[in-house]
Amino acid sequence: MLVNRKLILAHFWLAFALFGVALTLGAWQMFIRSPIGTWLSNPELYYRSLTAHGTVMGYVFPTLVAMGFGYAISESALEQRLVGVRWAWSGFWLIVIGSVMAVIPIALGRASVLYTFYPPLIGNLFYYLGVVLVVVGSWIWVALMSINLRLWRKAHPGAPVPLAMFANVAGSYLWAWTAVGAALELLLQIIPVAAGLKNTIDAGLGRIFFSWTLHAIVYFWLMPTYIAYYTIVPRAIGGRVYSDTMARISFILFLVVAMPIGMHHTFADPQVGAGFKFIHSAFTALVALPTLLTVFTICASVEIAARLRGGRGLFGWIRALPWDNPMMLALAFSFVMLGFGGAGGLINMSYQLDASIHNTQWITGHFHLIFGGAIVIMYFAIAYDLWPHLTGRELIDVRLIRSQLWLWFIGMIVTTFPWHWVGILGMPRRMAYFDFGDPAIAPQALSVIFSAIGGFILLTSGILFLVILARGMRAPQADAGAYRFALAVHQPTTVPVALNTHALWVALMIALTITNYGYPILNLATSGGTSVPAVYVGAQ
Amino acid sequence: MSTRDLFTFHNRHFSIGVGITAAILIVTAIAGFVVLPFAQPWVRFSSIWDAICSAAGVAQRTASVTVPEQANRLSEVVLTSHTLSRPSQEAIGRGATLAQRCAICHGPIGISRADSPNLAGQYAAVIYKELHDFRSGARTNAVMSPFAVNLTDDEIADLSNYYAYLPRLPAYHPTPQLPKPNIVIYGAPLRGIAPCGACHGSLDNKTGSPWLEGQSDAYMKAQLQAFAAGERRNDISQQMRNIARAMTPQEIEAAAAYYASQPPDVVKAVD
Repeated sequence: MLVNRKLILAHFWLAFALFGVALTLGAWQMFIRSPIGTWLSNPELYYRSLTAHGTVMGYVFPTLVAMGFGYAISESALEQRLVGVRWAWSGFWLIVIGSVMAVIPIALGRASVLYTFYPPLIGNLFYYLGVVLVVVGSWIWVALMSINLRLWRKAHPGAPVPLAMFANVAGSYLWAWTAVGAALELLLQIIPVAAGLKNTIDAGLGRIFFSWTLHAIVYFWLMPTYIAYYTIVPRAIGGRVYSDTMARISFILFLVVAMPIGMHHTFADPQVGAGFKFIHSAFTALVALPTLLTVFTICASVEIAARLRGGRGLFGWIRALPWDNPMMLALAFSFVMLGFGGAGGLINMSYQLDASIHNTQWITGHFHLIFGGAIVIMYFAIAYDLWPHLTGRELIDVRLIRSQLWLWFIGMIVTTFPWHWVGILGMPRRMAYFDFGDPAIAPQALSVIFSAIGGFILLTSGILFLVILARGMRAPQADAGAYRFALAVHQPTTVPVALNTHALWVALMIALTITNYGYPILNLATSGGTSVPAVYVGAQ
Repeated sequence: MSTRDLFTFHNRHFSIGVGITAAILIVTAIAGFVVLPFAQPWVRFSSIWDAICSAAGVAQRTASVTVPEQANRLSEVVLTSHTLSRPSQEAIGRGATLAQRCAICHGPIGISRADSPNLAGQYAAVIYKELHDFRSGARTNAVMSPFAVNLTDDEIADLSNYYAYLPRLPAYHPTPQLPKPNIVIYGAPLRGIAPCGACHGSLDNKTGSPWLEGQSDAYMKAQLQAFAAGERRNDISQQMRNIARAMTPQEIEAAAAYYASQPPDVVKAVD
């Protein structure tokens, strides 16, 4: 029952339009610092573009997708009209205003601080206020998801919450809490300095606050993808979810252990004690668990579909899968990229192994493979799956959709594999220019060229994606029926209260945040002499 | 079962969830705060508490390590977008009067005849910072320090605004313009050297960095050498010392000669 289609479409269109702009900037960046581009001679333009690319891809695009998809889930899984539609629109407009407010100073070169802020660099106040508005807009969505679920529970006392909505609300709670870290950094530290009330800043404390947000935000980006794995893919390929309980446990585990692990981003930071780094490293290892559970459950669900289609044998069933179905293709590509990206992630979280790749191009390769690859390809799949239900028109270009997914997969592999490789060779990240004429890095030139070509393959795929969606708006009308989610082999009739509510797991998430972040933050906040003079971007 | 029944140890999910989480936390904490600190043979701890504090990141002062006293003052100048905004005509006039005493080295119209920096049209922020540093002792010079030591904050601001107000004129002995050397336009990324032009003009200008076009070749070379040798230390975060140390003597020559040969009218206007 999708009633507020305009609301959902608005979120998706804004998300994908901004994605198109940021993708173009990304491809340009790959090109301009590769040996095939002529050096601009102005690093400032590069960092300007990098800030815009990161801000859109990190904060705006995935948040809008999660919000739009969240509203769609709330209406179709709960089969009740969305409550608070006006609030939802106001959240959307806050994000629009925030994005414009942030992008203008970036375009003027007044906020080239990258999306991770990097104090003591201080950009224009309006950049930070814009980011704050985007986050506030998304918090409205968090509240609406919680309220809608509460109303449904009242009407259905004791009934199992549909898996899609259970996961969706878990994702929204994770986001609400993880955004607090960056919010504290912005409100207590950066904004007072950007507004001219203070002129020194504790950069070390700022990095700890940001690490609170920086890792769990990835799991917030991941949530729509995992929801699609469990609740869309099995239905789309004609199978069933192998275990509803396993799915709930995975989402609960994400809620608990995605949060208290961010300090693996600060292994090289001297202001954090080694003991806390170790705890965060150990908890990061745990976060592989829900992903492994998911891979197992989804493979089992896919096998069910294959056997229903007549697949036989130990591995023979793989051939019986509907490989011409875009959803099957997207899932397979996503899993391959998740596999490689996840393996790289295990290296990043290991204290000693991290030392060899810390701050190199390996890291950029890693998060592009996981986020741009495994996650975003499922965003495409979600859009393709929802589009006929939102527009009331059929997506007829199935071949084009398949080509788009293939191109994205190939482009992402061609971009990120050489990226990882030059990282191992020691090429640093966040550099606007490399002198490939220098014998020491000349051998890496070829890898960087491949990477840049991959960037253009991705751009082509991104344009195709937008074209397919735009053509879908003008296709002949067709009734797609009600939007449905996958059923489990054993549909739950009763679910233990712990697996049907979030309270216990949210409490554990907050408790672990306090144990793992409380002391380091308190220690830095109370020790004197840790602030440094701010460096104002563009001040003269 | 209601939510109230959820938070009791009678609930299996609660006891297992909390139990496993607490167990993992305790095991990792013992490993991180006790076992691993003692596994480092090169560090000696006086007690378990000492090891725990160290692993927790408490700043430690042990008897065996003496913290060296900071022998040299560091620059304490902070510039914001508002520090030097919109000087009045009176302020510039006061600066002009004060500048009479600078003229012997820096020239009556801010163009030096004596290998001192040309100040005509230099960014106000630059003069402001250097005068503050000379006054505080963060930068020392036998000639400049005595001049700066008695200046008030207002006088420093007036002088900065006056020199920034003067038109940029060609150097006293203009030389033919040289092409841009690599160090200026590309830097040397492998040695961590950003292009000179990224901060000092030619490509971009960063706060507190002077434009260098038409400045004295000998002066710029001397400053780079002073940074490399650690004799000059008023660069915040050591950025110039790190760069100058990594530069080859040829690069120092090339950068100084290039900037000295440029006419100052190519400097990008920033107001």
